[in-house]
Amino acid sequence: MDKFTVLRGKAVPMMRANINTDDIISAQAMAGKVERIGERLFTGWRFDLNGDKRPEFILNTPRYEGARILVGGINFGCGSSREAAVWALTDYGIRCVIAPSYGEIFHDNSYQNGLLPIVLDEPLVRRIAAAIESAAVPEMIIDLTRCRIVLPDGAEMPFAIPDERRAALLVGMDELDVLLGRMPDLDAFQRADRVARPWVWPDAT
Amino acid sequence: MNRTLFDKIWDRHVAGTFSDGRALIAIDRHVVQETTSWHAFDALRDRGLTVRHPELTWSVIDHSIATRPGRTADSYPPTRDMILAMRRHCAEFGLRLYDIDDARQGIVHVISPELGIAQPGCTLVCADSHTATSGGLGAWAWGIGTTQVLHVLATQMLVLRKPRTMRVAFTGRLGRGVYAKDMILSLIGRYGTAAGTGHIVEYAGPAISGLPVEGRLTVCNMSVEFGARAGLIAADDTTFEYLSGRPFAPAGAGWDAAVADWRGLPSDDGAQYDTELEIDCTAIAPRVTWGNSPQDLIAIDQPIPHPDSFADVDRRAMAERALTYMDLVPGRPIEGTKIDFAFIGSCTNGRLSDLREAASVARGRKVARDVTALVVPGSAAVKREAEAEGLDRVFLAAGFEWRESACSMCVAANGDIVPPGKRSISTTNRNFEGRQGPRSRTHLASPAMVAAAAVTGHITDVRRLLDGEAG
Repeated sequence: MDKFTVLRGKAVPMMRANINTDDIISAQAMAGKVERIGERLFTGWRFDLNGDKRPEFILNTPRYEGARILVGGINFGCGSSREAAVWALTDYGIRCVIAPSYGEIFHDNSYQNGLLPIVLDEPLVRRIAAAIESAAVPEMIIDLTRCRIVLPDGAEMPFAIPDERRAALLVGMDELDVLLGRMPDLDAFQRADRVARPWVWPDAT
Repeated sequence: MNRTLFDKIWDRHVAGTFSDGRALIAIDRHVVQETTSWHAFDALRDRGLTVRHPELTWSVIDHSIATRPGRTADSYPPTRDMILAMRRHCAEFGLRLYDIDDARQGIVHVISPELGIAQPGCTLVCADSHTATSGGLGAWAWGIGTTQVLHVLATQMLVLRKPRTMRVAFTGRLGRGVYAKDMILSLIGRYGTAAGTGHIVEYAGPAISGLPVEGRLTVCNMSVEFGARAGLIAADDTTFEYLSGRPFAPAGAGWDAAVADWRGLPSDDGAQYDTELEIDCTAIAPRVTWGNSPQDLIAIDQPIPHPDSFADVDRRAMAERALTYMDLVPGRPIEGTKIDFAFIGSCTNGRLSDLREAASVARGRKVARDVTALVVPGSAAVKREAEAEGLDRVFLAAGFEWRESACSMCVAANGDIVPPGKRSISTTNRNFEGRQGPRSRTHLASPAMVAAAAVTGHITDVRRLLDGEAG
C-alpha cells in the first residue's frame, strides 16, 4: 500500500448525497483489465454515450481536472462492494475523500488502498466545499502527520481517524501483514472450534 | 449479561484481540465470485501464499456470464478473460468451482443458502455487498472488498471492530399483493439508505417469523440498501426445515448437535440493542421506486413526489435530479407509467417462490406489446425446480424470455442491458443511474408487481390483477 503523509493538491467539491460505487465505476467500465481504470472514473458523468467528454461535468473543467482531493456528500461510496471504485479514484489521482459519512465497504476498501476517507460533520464539509468554490486556486493540504486540513485560505481544520488506520497509512503497512503475524491465534481458535462446532468443518462431518 | 443474536455470533468467532479494541474474526465460509476476486488471486500468488482453507471456500461464476441458452465463456466477449481467469485461479489454488454448466451454479447469494453453505451462527463473507442475503438463515454474512478477499484466502480471518446492533420489528400482517420485498422497501423508504450504517440489523417480529426462508433472504438481501453491512434473522424451526438435507448442511448426529447449538443463538430476553425501529406491515401497500436511490419509494397508489415535499436539502436536490433522469412528472400517479423492460431475477428475487409469485400474475396473460420481459432464475436449481412445476411454460406462453441463471440485468455486467433512455421495472435491489445499462431507468418492485407491469405495459397495482383473478 502507498503511504500517506502530506497531500497537497486540487480539491473538487461534489456535494451530492449518496454518490454510489456504480457512479464511481460502472459494472461495464470495470469489466476486464484494471490498468488505467482512472480513465473510466465517473464514466456516466464524465463522458457521453459516444465516449466524448461532457464539458459541464465538474472534473472536466480546467479548474478541477486532475483533483487529488474529493469533497463529497453523505453516504459517499454506498452501494456495491467493488474495490474498483477505490482503484478508479486512486488511479485518477484522488488520495483523499472528505464526507459526512460513507458506505461501509467503500470506507474499508479506501483504507486498504491508501485512500484517506476523512469523516467530518456535514456543516464542516459544506464549509470546506464553500471555501474551495470561492478560492482563487482550489488547492488544499491534507496533513495526516498532524491530522489537519489546510484550506485554500490557510485556515486549518482538525480531523480524527482511528489510531491504527493512521499508523498504517503513515508507513503504508498492509493489513495482511498484521493478519499473517497473528496466525497462531487462528490455530488455537480452530483447535477448539473443531471440537465445539464440528459441523462447521465439511471434512469433519 | 443478556446478549443479542449478533453478540453471540461475534463472541464465538473472536480468534484474538488488539489493545485498541479491534478483533480477529474467524471466517467459517468464504464464497468467491469472478468479478471481484481476480486481483486477490494475483496478489496471493505474488506474495507466495496459498489458500489456507480450500474446504471452507466455494467459488462460482455468476456476475459476468451470458444468460441465453447454450451460453459459453465466449458468449459475451468483454468478460471472457474474467471467466477464464476464474477457472485458472480455482485450478491453481485447488478451489471447488461451480462453473457455467454445473448443476450447482447460480448467483452466489442464491446458492449459499440453497446448498447449505450458509448456516445459522456462521460467519460468511464474499466480495459482494448482497452477501447479507444469507442472514435470512441466521448467518452473519457480509460483503467485503477484494483486498479482504486476499486476507480471507490467506488467513481465514479479518480484522474488525464490533459493529453496533439494531433491531427492526415488523409487526402486523401483510395484505394481499404485498410481499417480503415490500417489507424491506418500506423500511428503506421510511428511514433512508444510511439509517443502518455501522449496524448489524436483526429483523424480528411476527411478520418476520411468519415468512418462509426465501422471504427472509429477500429482507436481509437489501440490508445494504438500508446502509447496514449485514442483516440477521434468528434461526427457528422454519430455518431448520429449510436446511435439513442440503448438500453442505450437517447430517446425522452432526445435524442434531448443530440444531441443539443453533437453538441457543436467538437473542436473550432483555438483550439491549443500540437502536430499535418498528414497521407495521398491515399498513404496507405494494411499493415501487420513482428515483435513483432505493429510498425513493412510494406506495403504488401515491403520486410521484414534488422535490419541495422534502425538508432535507440533499433529498430535494437528489429528487430534482432523479425526476429529470427518470423523466417523471411530480404530482402525477406512478401507476400508468409506461415501461419498456420487465426483469424478474437477481439475488433479491430470483428464487423459486419469487418465480411462483410472478407466474401467478403472468398465467393466462400476455406480455404487452413493445415490452421486453425476462425471467432469469437465480440458480440452475431454481431453474430446474421451476421447470419441474411448469413455470417456464407459463412465462413462455405469456411472452417472457426464459434464461439461464446469472446476475444478468441486475448489474448489467453480462451483456443483458436496458438500452439508453428505456424504462425498466425490476425485481432487483438498485435503481442507481445507469445501473441496468448506460442511461437506463429503473423502478424497483416485487416480482408480482413486475409481472403485472409486464402484462399491462405500465406500472400497475398488482392487487387489481389479483382481484380480477379472484373475481
